[in-house]
Amino acid sequence: MDFLYSVTADPVLQIVEDPVFFLQIILEGLMAGVMYSLVALGFCLIYKASGVFNFAQGVMMVLAVMCMVTVYDAGFGILLALLVAMVFMVGLSFAIERVVLRPMVNQPQIILFMATIGLAFFLEGFGEFIFGGSSQKIVPTEALHIGRDALLIPMFGSEIRLQQLDLTAGVCAALLVATLALFFQKTTVGRALRAVADDHQAALSVGIPLRSMWVIVWSVAGLVALVTGIMWGASSSVDFSLVLIAMKAFPVLILGGFTSVPGVIVGGLIIGVGEKVAELYWGDALGGSIEEWFAYVLALVFLMFRPQGLFGEKIIERV
Amino acid sequence: MVTDHKQIGEALLQVNNVSLSFGAVQALSDVSFEVREHEILAIIGPNGAGKSSMLNVINGFYTANEGSIVYKGISRAKMEPADVARNGVSRTFQNIALFRGMTTLDNIMTGRNTKMHRNFIWQAIYIGPARNEELEHRRKAEEIIDFLEIQAIRKTPVGRLPYGLQKRVELGRALAAEPELLLLDEPMAGMNTEEKEDMCRFILDVNEEFGTTIALIEHDMGVVMDISDRVVVLDYGRKIADGSPDEVRGNQSVIDAYLGVSRE
Amino acid sequence: MIYRETGQYKATYGADQQLFPIVQDRYFFFAFMAFLVIYPVFFGSDYLFQVVLYPVLGLGLCALGLNILTGYCGQISLGTGGFMAIGAYSFFKITTIFPDLNILIIFIFAGLISALFGILIGLPSLRIKGFYLAVTTLAAQFFVEWCINRSDWLSNYSPSHTIGAPPRELFGFLVMGPEAPGSAKYLVMLFIVAVMTLFARNLVRGRIGRSWMAIRDMDIAAELIGIRPLFTKLSAFAIGSFYIGVGGAMHVMFNLENVDPEAFEIFSTSFPILFMIMIGGLGSILGAYMGAAFIVLLPVLLRNAFPFLGIDIASHVIQHIEFMLFGGLIVFFLIVEPAGLARLWQILKEKLRQWPFPY
Repeated sequence: MDFLYSVTADPVLQIVEDPVFFLQIILEGLMAGVMYSLVALGFCLIYKASGVFNFAQGVMMVLAVMCMVTVYDAGFGILLALLVAMVFMVGLSFAIERVVLRPMVNQPQIILFMATIGLAFFLEGFGEFIFGGSSQKIVPTEALHIGRDALLIPMFGSEIRLQQLDLTAGVCAALLVATLALFFQKTTVGRALRAVADDHQAALSVGIPLRSMWVIVWSVAGLVALVTGIMWGASSSVDFSLVLIAMKAFPVLILGGFTSVPGVIVGGLIIGVGEKVAELYWGDALGGSIEEWFAYVLALVFLMFRPQGLFGEKIIERV
Repeated sequence: MVTDHKQIGEALLQVNNVSLSFGAVQALSDVSFEVREHEILAIIGPNGAGKSSMLNVINGFYTANEGSIVYKGISRAKMEPADVARNGVSRTFQNIALFRGMTTLDNIMTGRNTKMHRNFIWQAIYIGPARNEELEHRRKAEEIIDFLEIQAIRKTPVGRLPYGLQKRVELGRALAAEPELLLLDEPMAGMNTEEKEDMCRFILDVNEEFGTTIALIEHDMGVVMDISDRVVVLDYGRKIADGSPDEVRGNQSVIDAYLGVSRE
Repeated sequence: MIYRETGQYKATYGADQQLFPIVQDRYFFFAFMAFLVIYPVFFGSDYLFQVVLYPVLGLGLCALGLNILTGYCGQISLGTGGFMAIGAYSFFKITTIFPDLNILIIFIFAGLISALFGILIGLPSLRIKGFYLAVTTLAAQFFVEWCINRSDWLSNYSPSHTIGAPPRELFGFLVMGPEAPGSAKYLVMLFIVAVMTLFARNLVRGRIGRSWMAIRDMDIAAELIGIRPLFTKLSAFAIGSFYIGVGGAMHVMFNLENVDPEAFEIFSTSFPILFMIMIGGLGSILGAYMGAAFIVLLPVLLRNAFPFLGIDIASHVIQHIEFMLFGGLIVFFLIVEPAGLARLWQILKEKLRQWPFPY
């Protein structure tokens, strides 16, 4: 009975008693959601444009920001550090295209997915080998002009805190999404990329240079990874345990549909808010830290009702 | 004893006023026809006429928005494809849908899966009942292999076979279930003349020796007119003709559908 | 010359359907099994047992379970660690509640609990496929990790949620716990693995195995020829999870002996087992064990190779190299030989059939 009370009536009472706190939680959830969306965006981009579900995206994110921080820590300027990281990500895209993707043209998606799991392991080993595995690094927020203060917004006689860092992340996400949407819809390259995602062979046969397309999209995803990595790194520290956080992008993708950029944003926000609210109001009753699995179970329940995701297209199967 | 005159019986399957749409696309509208016992019925029509969709509705793979299917006297609006198959309807596919990782023999044995009943504990132990069942069905599968003359490729993974043979294996898999109604979706598409002749012979043999009722979709008019007892013509999701090959051949709307009609 | 099947005619379908239709294969297999029983019992060192044999058998059985699910039925799972944890913790709970119960029976129960959970996780598989399903198995993984980290009851109120192997006897011999002789544990493991492998082999060559493969190769066609997709997928989830559960319980109880929840993490457990079947061969029983041996032995080789060559390398660097090698090998195998080591073995046998006169 106590348990029932604590999972049904109690949370509602808490929300009614302190609505400002509830708003605060929602806001924090939204901000966390933006961060998830940023990670998921990288996955979505590669999937949309090459049909590959890139498991290594999380590792790429860590690699990108590690590279930047390492260069900066070595005493070079922040601009040079960013530039080196970008070049590194583009170089990585070339390497991945040459070594992994090119020999696997026209393989089933699931095989490509497994290959990216292998890639993730390789890159993680590689990254730890080069940048050192154990040391944690700090993102130079001042040099990047990312504020670390909290804004206080008065509301209903109380206050809501808003982190500048979260705001920056929100603005970055908005800019990225707008740019990418334009890129996919309005440019020739964007159209070619959509064709590639649909069918490798057909795209080749109409003269789309598959290889350069792949390099382009993986580079773009690498740049998204860099931005995401900086944001995530700034909010905690930079090390390979971020890879596990990046896996939160999966439920986001499922919720939003793998191919939809708006879906990724909405999915991220839902997951972010759901997770925070669940943890604060139901977490204790269930045993704490339910954040670890809540997002996945939420996505799973959602899938039962809408297998193609929020914004995914309904699949008509044919024989 | 094969006689020249088959005993075409009552309706085995009736399609009553079936309509099917995907969003705004009307794939089938108000289609009715029947398939009679022991006959070979051809469903023809231009591309996109809704022929494959029709088979999918009969199979239970698509559910008709309106209308019903009456099979062996039992009417249904919705039925799981697996249950339809278990009731004696089997089929082949327009684009070969074999299990590519398995051998010819395994593919044909899979067709007999619905007839096997030992539970998984017996199967794990294997020795005894499961083995006997397996061998009994192997014997039946070998009969089909003999019938289709594919003994030499028994243990070859089907992914390695040429197209014509794959089509034949697919027919074998459908036959393995000992169907009462066999649905063939373009069994001769992409074949050369010789392969087509072989396939025609197999279809006629199946019909005559096993008495299997056959509904087939085919674009080769020569084949259709030669082997079918009756022809149903679909165009834009509607039935425009239904009758013996000769009747259909002379039907004006069929000619219009195929050759186009000039609109003043 | 030696490996010739000329003259071995089969007059019945029964003779054609047996496990080893070629006589030489049969002899080789029995000889190999005899070697597996005799050599370690008389000459096995603790090092051989703990570094090579226990992990290969325990993890190999898990790999076999995953191969049933992923390799045969085509349902990809990233939650292997979770199922292993369920098997291990179930075994631990049951054996501490009923200390006198025969451990073979407890292994079966541990497997059954894992199988039940597998069915639960498999339920969405009717509606979702591919990566979507892979992500739902992640839900299982993280949920189980959370459970064993949060519940004191599961580990009998041990402070860090650690479980250990209690001393247990089987038919009067001490076969479990720190005091048990290495060869006794080994023989019990070998027995369980051999029996379960035989069962798996029988399953995959019969009706159920064909249904799994049909769903894997072409799920729609399978459904249209009368195979019930939900039942078939769930049976693969159940049986695969059963194997993983038993394998996990064995791996913990005989090999690791003391584990905390960290032992079942996704990167340290689920993925390496997935790698085993990818390198060993998807859809091959032999491949599961070959892959397990490969993944278990590679780090051992690495650790011994560098000192042997006189190169001094810190152990964490070796671990980084291990990661790179694993990742690289996965990509390499997917590109060069997607059917894995098992296929290489098959090719070797085909070559041997014609040797030394290939024409």
